[in-house]
Amino acid sequence: MPLVLDHFTVAILFALFASIILGLVTKRSDRERLSYGLYCFGCFVLALFGIGWFMRLLHG
Amino acid sequence: MSVANGGGVSPVRSPLLVVLSSWLIPGGGYFLLGRRGRGLIVLLTVLTAFGLGRLMNGSLFVPGGNGFETNGRGALTATVQLPAQADVLSRLISYGGFVGDLASGLPYLISTALGYGPPDQASPSTDYGSKFLVAAGLLNILAIVDAYEIATRQKE
Repeated sequence: MPLVLDHFTVAILFALFASIILGLVTKRSDRERLSYGLYCFGCFVLALFGIGWFMRLLHG
Repeated sequence: MSVANGGGVSPVRSPLLVVLSSWLIPGGGYFLLGRRGRGLIVLLTVLTAFGLGRLMNGSLFVPGGNGFETNGRGALTATVQLPAQADVLSRLISYGGFVGDLASGLPYLISTALGYGPPDQASPSTDYGSKFLVAAGLLNILAIVDAYEIATRQKE
């Protein structure tokens, strides 16, 4: 039985994984990594809601 | 002292060895460089993404493959090869997806060796799964590049 997740959960999980790796490979100190990872995650979530609302407005 | 650096100075390693081990075992290059914290985070992240992709029955791309067609009842079914008239974008996705999958290293190689193939039925869930399998490989590429730069002293 395959795992079934909704689009929002999948997008949040993807944002989490991408943010972890982006934070890890780009900065020097642990503090900078954590800050950048959280920043990336916030940007992903913001884009998720922004594009979601944009598509809703587009489709009426 | 940095947790992600494993608290130690990186020993000098062959960049080729670091790249190969990073590819085969996600985070492997970091372990070779003595950065166990980073290695463990990459290993867990890539394996979790790959594992979720597998659990969602995502399909692994094969070059020139992974097309879908409709059966007699109008439902989408998986086919192994793209149709001959497939457009450039479909081919780009197919080959790009294959590179992304391959970049996961051993998880990909073991899955294909065990005969893990495309799903019987296309669905949103299997589509998400395919994206997770590719994303796992692409995230591993970022880690491979980072480990290479550390091994060649371009980065601390």
